[in-house]
Amino acid sequence: MTFVFVFAFSLILLGLILSFIRFVKGPSSADRVVALDTMSIIATSAFALLALMFDRYIYIDIALIYAVLGFIGVIVIARYLEGAL
Amino acid sequence: MMEILQYIGYVAIILGSIFLFLGALGIYRMPDVYNRLQAGTKASTLGAMSMIFGVGLVNPEWFFKALIIVIFIAIANPLSSHALARAAYRAKLGPFFKNKIDAYEQEIENELKNEKKD
Repeated sequence: MTFVFVFAFSLILLGLILSFIRFVKGPSSADRVVALDTMSIIATSAFALLALMFDRYIYIDIALIYAVLGFIGVIVIARYLEGAL
Repeated sequence: MMEILQYIGYVAIILGSIFLFLGALGIYRMPDVYNRLQAGTKASTLGAMSMIFGVGLVNPEWFFKALIIVIFIAIANPLSSHALARAAYRAKLGPFFKNKIDAYEQEIENELKNEKKD
């Protein structure tokens, strides 16, 4: 099953690089927040896959906490951009 | 039986990684912020759900916690994309192509009228 891990991690790395390019050069701040949201989702699923690869149960918890923190961060930045904070 | 579930899990992981890559490609290629939102958020939601569900299928002891993460992503990700789209609209970021119909603007005007009546 090495093929699955190599395939999935190479696609995940490509996705991270593409959204990081958008994060650096995005014209407005909303573009940057969208790219940050996508990067946090990709990192969450990468943590879950790392847990399967190294057979560590604790990484699943890290994925859960990372999902919650990314969600809260995006909501707070969106409220700030809206001008309500 | 367990082996069949494991193979289904590996297929789900591969499908999820493909969808995550397509979402990031949409983030990179699309012309304005609303297109980027819809490409990035929908595709990466499906990809993350499929990949974490596949992890839960491959290792059945982790299935319950993987299911919790999947349900959380299914609730939280559309919420954050909705908040982002609303913030981008209220920050007056115009779309790339000029739209003829702007229903949300009329709705905001109606809300303001109702507030004045009250």
